[in-house]
Amino acid sequence: MTRQTRGSPYAPHTAADTEAMLDAVGVDSEEALFDIPESVRFDGEFGIEARSERAVRREVERTLGRNDDLTEFLGRGHYEHYVPALVDDLASRQEFLTSYTQYQPEIAQGFLQALFEYQSMLVELTGLDVANCSMYDAASALGEAATLSQRVRSVSGDRILVPDQLREGKRAVLEQYAAGPGLSVATYPTTEGTIDTEGLRAAIDDDTAMVYAENPTVCGAVEPALDAVGPLAEDHDALFVLGSDPVALALLERPADVGADVVVGEASSLGLGSAYGMGMGLFATREEYLRQVPGRLVGVSEDASDRRAFTLTLQTREQHIRKERATSNICTNQAWVALRAAIHVATLGPDGLVDLAEDCVRLAEDLAERLDDVSGVRAPVNDRHHFREFQAHTDQPAAAVAADLESAGFAVHVVDDHRIQVCVTDATEPAIDRFVDALAEVA
Amino acid sequence: MSDDGDVTGGDADAGGDAHADESDVPAAGTLYDQARWTDNGQYEPLLSEKDSTTVEIGDDSPLPDDLTRDSVELPGLAEPDLARHYTRLSGMNYGVDSGPFPLGSCTMKYNPKFTEAVAASPDAAVHPDRSTRSVQGTLELQADLQDYLGRIGGMDAVTLQPPAGAAGEFTGIRIASAYHEANGEDRSEVIIPDSAHGTNFATAAMAGFDVVELPSAEDGRVDLEALEAAVGDDTAALMLTNPNTLGLFERDIEAIADLVHDAGGLLYYDGANLNALLGRARPGDMGFDVMHYNVHKTFATPHGGGGPGAGPVGVVEELAPFLPTPHVRERAERSSATGSSGERGDPRAQSDASGYERYEPEQSIGKVHGFAGNWLVSVRAYAYIARLGDAGLADASAKAVLNANYLANQIDYEVPYGPFHHEFVASAGEQDAADAAKRMLDYGVHPPTTKWPEIVDEALMTEPTEAEPRGTLDDLAAAFNAVAAEDDATLEAAPERTAARRIDQVGAARNPRLSWHALDDS
Repeated sequence: MTRQTRGSPYAPHTAADTEAMLDAVGVDSEEALFDIPESVRFDGEFGIEARSERAVRREVERTLGRNDDLTEFLGRGHYEHYVPALVDDLASRQEFLTSYTQYQPEIAQGFLQALFEYQSMLVELTGLDVANCSMYDAASALGEAATLSQRVRSVSGDRILVPDQLREGKRAVLEQYAAGPGLSVATYPTTEGTIDTEGLRAAIDDDTAMVYAENPTVCGAVEPALDAVGPLAEDHDALFVLGSDPVALALLERPADVGADVVVGEASSLGLGSAYGMGMGLFATREEYLRQVPGRLVGVSEDASDRRAFTLTLQTREQHIRKERATSNICTNQAWVALRAAIHVATLGPDGLVDLAEDCVRLAEDLAERLDDVSGVRAPVNDRHHFREFQAHTDQPAAAVAADLESAGFAVHVVDDHRIQVCVTDATEPAIDRFVDALAEVA
Repeated sequence: MSDDGDVTGGDADAGGDAHADESDVPAAGTLYDQARWTDNGQYEPLLSEKDSTTVEIGDDSPLPDDLTRDSVELPGLAEPDLARHYTRLSGMNYGVDSGPFPLGSCTMKYNPKFTEAVAASPDAAVHPDRSTRSVQGTLELQADLQDYLGRIGGMDAVTLQPPAGAAGEFTGIRIASAYHEANGEDRSEVIIPDSAHGTNFATAAMAGFDVVELPSAEDGRVDLEALEAAVGDDTAALMLTNPNTLGLFERDIEAIADLVHDAGGLLYYDGANLNALLGRARPGDMGFDVMHYNVHKTFATPHGGGGPGAGPVGVVEELAPFLPTPHVRERAERSSATGSSGERGDPRAQSDASGYERYEPEQSIGKVHGFAGNWLVSVRAYAYIARLGDAGLADASAKAVLNANYLANQIDYEVPYGPFHHEFVASAGEQDAADAAKRMLDYGVHPPTTKWPEIVDEALMTEPTEAEPRGTLDDLAAAFNAVAAEDDATLEAAPERTAARRIDQVGAARNPRLSWHALDDS
């Protein structure tokens, strides 16, 4: 039983097995199995040296160790909340982690039920009828909402209205999705970090297929004018698409109550934490648009023993059945992140989730008040309630303030010449005093 | 809702009366009973059936009540209850570590555990909006992975931004679109063989192209005459998987590339089947201009029940200026050394003398992910590639191809076409492939992909990967052969040994119930 010494450590063939298998197939070497013309054969080397497991771990840790050790008061679409140990423990079980899309539901009931429970949690939080079991991230979910709005529209119209303050990266992804079907992205004005209702009224027209708003908005303001959006959109046969996240949804106005047709957003604000932007897109909508929903849906059925069972359903919307007529090309999604988010919601329970959301308001408002006391700083800039984050005016150039804060071990957003944005959650709460002191030093 | 406090009172009846007797299954291969929990005649209850608690948003809320909802109703269970709930659900699920998973075109190979530990490094958990200066480690790892992937695919530049294979396709086709537009050309068609993955068709349509479907030749490969007839001034790209979904290498790949290039089109490589070619052939050397890598297939990152994956895109130098923004690179010591993939200044780029930077390629298509893609998947992929190195990667492909050939040789089902590589498509013949697959579940194996590609009748698309030793392949073959010998009634009654019996999928679609709220109504 001689093992190959230089092969893949995850290919468990002994040399004797390999010989016997080659014999069975009727070839005399592994190379003979490759039906590749000589002219395109690769006979070079990648120049990648194999390392031991220990060496790879040490190397990656050393490389990543070159990231500065900063306390991040950062948000704007990517949030860190403390993730309970239970989430890591349960989601890491190999039966979940190493499983595939549930094309054979009888052997995948566990994951299907967990995804059904995730969908149900989002249905509860949005008040809408249907949530899919994940998109890539908030930005791609927004892009998918835009193409859905065009598909369901009874009259032609190709204009997508978004707030002028929409995060640049999100808008760029939206425009990527908009390009194929020929949608154009236009903006409406905001004031005090929230919708300028009169401006929106002036911007919307009969070519508008969709109006997008966020709550909280990108600068952390709680949106007071959501009630106005639904009727305006409806008057023009446009969809009202609302961006949010599961923590905010537990406290802020319920999307169904303000007339939202679709809810998108970053559902990985629970379950994942800081992951350099890796996330999980939330997508929920009304039942009337069910057959236009992108991505996978888990539904209930019965098995041959008449017991309730779960299965992927309405797959005729999807690319592997419908090909170029599918609602989207999405195949691989973020199912495991959805599992994590669901376990996190379940761990918090309704009390814990609402408490967490209320803390997002209290922490932001308390910190803004403390920063406002710092000489050379005015916070919050916008006369609004805030959730997790807010913008602050700095008398000194914002970039200089941020750079000095970074030297002191803290990261904040620079919004413009004299404006920074600060996000605070349970994850950064213990560092608030040190942060305020540091800002007082540099502002 | 039910709150009978009997959360722990369900019966684990594995091996009990609801499961089949072992005598129902011939003694072939490994016998298997999946765990199953029942409670009052139903399987593991929903969280909402274990508890449902309504919390009112009260007067002590920090927000005025016109800005808040009224209440939230969710399960409120203690941690021990949740640990047991999800552990039971995990028992009713099947992963790569449970047993063989020869799902064709999905490359369900073993996921090395150490890559989880690497991805869990606290230094990986950084916010994407941090300054370039403060995330040098992340940028270095990204640049190193871009470099590795470029070498493996024979590509000049690679972006890690696409979060999945289909997103990689979308990125690649949008790049093709931008390239033609930059050349002042209006090309409206993307050509795709009929055996291609469904995502290819959907991607081309999403990017605004008309799809031209190319019928396969009799040998299962691209029909050169049909391709010659299909290409023209409207051709933006040909999307091709090589080896194709039948596991066949497109021997005429150079002629195919010439036909497409002579017509002014680009050649797109779908990387789903790259596990067949590591160290043997590279898409860049075959004439492909743009490709995606399925990191969750070829580079062993876990599929996580459907995702996350990652779909990095590689391009030849001419297309590098079109890559998504921001791109990552090692900062050139010499400021003039930007070559043809020039850039315009990124306002966020910092002016350190050395290290790594983010920049916007000069004709960038923009963004395909809100931030930098599925970063934690990239970390795992880097670790896997570094662990294997040249020899390990080449061996992975050798063993993947050997395993597919050996398994095909051992099974009684007919395997048309060949010679195949990492996967083969058997035909269930007179049997219904979907029923045969359900029966395989009773033998403790995950079945192949069924009824696809459609050019094989009752297809069983089988990809054992390199991770299975000979003994497991023998067990797998025994399962295939046992099922092949069984009658339709037996297949239709299957599965019997899984957590749930055959599920009525038509019923699920006819009466969609997609949340526990919908169950209350029914």
